[in-house]
Amino acid sequence: MRFGVVVFPGSNCDRDCVHALRTVLGQDVAELWHGDDSIRGVDCVVLPGGFAYGDYLRAGAIAATAPVMEAVGRFARAGGAVIGICNGFQILLEAGLLPGAMIRNASLQFRCRDVWMRVESTQTPFTAGLRVGQVLQMPIAHGEGNYYAPPSVFDALEQHGQIVFRYCDPTGAVTADANPNGAARGIAGIRSAQGNVVGVMPHPERASEAILGSTDGRLLFQSAIDSLAGLRGVTVGA
Amino acid sequence: MARKIGTVTEARPSPELVGLTRPEYDEIVRRLGRGPNPLELQLFGVMWSEHCGYKHSRQTLALLPAEGPRLVEGPGENAGVIDIGDGWAVAFKMESHNHPSAVDPYNGAATGVGGIIRDVLSMGARPIALLDSLRFGPLSDPRARAQAGGVVGGIAGYGNCVGVPTVGGELHTDSGYRGNPLVNVACLGIVRRDRLARARAAGAGNPVVYAGARTGRDGIGGAAFASEELDERSQREDRAAVQLGDPFAGKLLIEATLEALATGRVVAIQDMGAAGLTCATSEMAARGGLGMTIDLDAVPLREASMRPDEILRSESQERMLLVVRRGYEQEVRAVFHRWGLEASVIGTVVAEPELRIRWRGKTVASLPPYALAEAPAYRPAACEPIGLTERWEFDAPALPRTDVPDALQRLLRSADVASKRAVFRQYDHSVQVRTVVAPGAADAAVLRILESPPKGLALAVDGNGRYCAVDPYRGARLVVAEAAAGLACVGAEPLGVTDCLNFGNPEDPEVFWTFRQAVLGIADACRALRIPVVGGNVSFYNESPDGPVPPTPVVAMVGLIDDVERTCTTAFKEAGSVVALLGGGHPTLAGSLFIRELHGEARGRPEDVDFDTHGRVLTVVRDGVARGWLLSAHDCSDGGIAVALAECVMAGDLGADVTLPEAGRPDAALFGEAPSRIVVSLTEQNLPELIHLAAAHDVPMCILGRTCGDRLLITVAGQRVIDTPIHELAEAHDALTEVFS
Repeated sequence: MRFGVVVFPGSNCDRDCVHALRTVLGQDVAELWHGDDSIRGVDCVVLPGGFAYGDYLRAGAIAATAPVMEAVGRFARAGGAVIGICNGFQILLEAGLLPGAMIRNASLQFRCRDVWMRVESTQTPFTAGLRVGQVLQMPIAHGEGNYYAPPSVFDALEQHGQIVFRYCDPTGAVTADANPNGAARGIAGIRSAQGNVVGVMPHPERASEAILGSTDGRLLFQSAIDSLAGLRGVTVGA
Repeated sequence: MARKIGTVTEARPSPELVGLTRPEYDEIVRRLGRGPNPLELQLFGVMWSEHCGYKHSRQTLALLPAEGPRLVEGPGENAGVIDIGDGWAVAFKMESHNHPSAVDPYNGAATGVGGIIRDVLSMGARPIALLDSLRFGPLSDPRARAQAGGVVGGIAGYGNCVGVPTVGGELHTDSGYRGNPLVNVACLGIVRRDRLARARAAGAGNPVVYAGARTGRDGIGGAAFASEELDERSQREDRAAVQLGDPFAGKLLIEATLEALATGRVVAIQDMGAAGLTCATSEMAARGGLGMTIDLDAVPLREASMRPDEILRSESQERMLLVVRRGYEQEVRAVFHRWGLEASVIGTVVAEPELRIRWRGKTVASLPPYALAEAPAYRPAACEPIGLTERWEFDAPALPRTDVPDALQRLLRSADVASKRAVFRQYDHSVQVRTVVAPGAADAAVLRILESPPKGLALAVDGNGRYCAVDPYRGARLVVAEAAAGLACVGAEPLGVTDCLNFGNPEDPEVFWTFRQAVLGIADACRALRIPVVGGNVSFYNESPDGPVPPTPVVAMVGLIDDVERTCTTAFKEAGSVVALLGGGHPTLAGSLFIRELHGEARGRPEDVDFDTHGRVLTVVRDGVARGWLLSAHDCSDGGIAVALAECVMAGDLGADVTLPEAGRPDAALFGEAPSRIVVSLTEQNLPELIHLAAAHDVPMCILGRTCGDRLLITVAGQRVIDTPIHELAEAHDALTEVFS
């Protein structure tokens, strides 16, 4: 398994993702440069968190036009596994690889804290090894994680099971109090119709070792490793 | 007077107009053997400002101990450096950004973060942690609220984007900071010992490379502005002296600089902070005993029409100056270009110790670098403030009877004690996957050292203007003692201290006396604990029309943990565990937060530290943590043991039933303050071990009670004085959420 972690100028979780994948999970990891037009044959692309290009336009808007994103787009459309974490999720939205948009947190402030999220779909390489209803604990750190989309998109997401994670309390109940940013329908992560592209606001790479307080994040990466090992290049899900 | 510079023509600025005195002007003439031209005089104006030149503090700062077996770089470089073993070292420093934050809270604080990050980066270290120490006027005042909100927003705005976690800090309020808030920011970085960079120019003929953001008209004269008192006009007129930060450029500069240093082609490096290009060129040349020729036409500018004095004094952010080995300038420039940053050769190192500035084909300034970089040092007059010892008078028995539950609520609600959750949650504190103990969870932040597992680093920042206002010497000792106690509570051995000394006008003998007393206090405390002071910053002229700020020395202490799995937090963990107090002490209401919050102005002299006792208490705590015997550890500070117990209870959402040792009045036992007192919890099974350990170090240990239920129950002298459900404590403790939402 070879992962590719994209480095945009202003990415600041790229090294953390490399650490989780290479050091914690023992995977082969390539760092992909934003200005390159190739993803160098990796099996799975990770778009890490941070403030790509400073997020001085809309979060992710400039990064979505980076040369490497054309290659990521081709890979995704061909069924390749792609996960966007935090700013990476925002970039996937801006690149049109996932539907919807992010607006500022309802608090209008940056939020960094642990949250819980419930697995809603296992039809992705990153959740194939989990079960629906499983509750995962990991940190968020963002100012614009308030997911929003037109009603028709929400209906389609619900109908096709494209909502992958919802914010919940530690028992798994999806409540307003458990929602850290006001995201519509408690959405913390979604997937593409095919299931191979996933965006998630919480940071699995920050929850991959017990010393950091949670190992739940590792489950997402491990799931990708397991499912891609068996199904390399094959589309997962509906 | 710096604010007038912009309107003065270049014709004949007098020394006063650049903030210098007549005798200083005469000293310049003596050093140069001639009168300075107007541009040269302006360069002296910024370099000999208090902020850059440490004119009034240098002789006193020499009292601070700067030696130790692990010390690699003490004061004098851009940051202090301490060896942590296995070929690694940490670089750290703290700096103030008080005046910019008073005028423009968001940008002032943001650029404070950026500036301290680049100081640590200049040592070749990757910045891995930020901490802040903040002081505002009472938050009931809308202006103080706006300042606090802006400052926190600025720290978040810069720190979150640049990808360096803000892992801790403190926030206090006092009417003495109303007109002049304090914003002190500390940064810590990690560096391989053989990759340590320095700011000493070397090698005549080597090119001088400018890297990073372009030079603009922001922050001009910022160093001079930092060296004068604030008044009503500052709010509207000094904005041009405040720099504007670009955290995105700051992030690129971190990555590009570390990559450039890794080429091995960089001879010396310094950031362009206070006094910008003037400071970086003159200091680097002076340290190397060399000169430089600088061509201002090669400096990347935001506006082509900038004059030489503007280019030289601009404090535009996110800029570094490098001396590169000759012939390798293209290789180094290419690194910065790859990261989208400018990098230009703007000059050359020369053997003759002369800093020559060229502009449009002419030499516009020519000065020996040391003449600029070595400001004169003064020995200001000092005199004990009138009425100081009267404030020591304190008659506890005369105080009215205290409504104890109400007093506890009021203390928990005070900004000094209230939960800082509403602040910390705005900061990314988990990026870089090193944060083991999050901000607020313990008396110090804990990071794992990914480069050298299983070790960890602990960081604590402390200050106490309330104590220092009544006794700056004792107050400073107590501050150092508290930081060391914070480290012990997470199981860390202190490595070093950086300090930020915030005072009023040093030309006022009473202010200077408090400064000197505080430095003496830090020096004695650090000597007693054998902790080197690796550097820091002095911020004078913290005055407003209300007068000087309370003397506020702030220390940031860094410690090492052998095994980061063996650390500890504040929270009570298990029902039925034993709650004990390590260290006896004599808690007193004199100088306490209780007196200030319930009886107005702080009065009375705080209890001094006995460092022999303190060292032994901290050894027991540290060993108890390292051996895994302690479930929790928390220092008793503001608000005394009652507040400490409430904090343990709230953090763990687990109640306790305890009986306190008597200390005269019940309120003194509850809310009295004294150093060297640590509340711990442990299992019954480990109790004999801890009793044995405490006895071996001759440390008093008192078993207070047990953890249980969902209430805090405290008994003093046979009377149940507190019986409060946790949620009521937590409600009071959450008072800042409303302020920072």
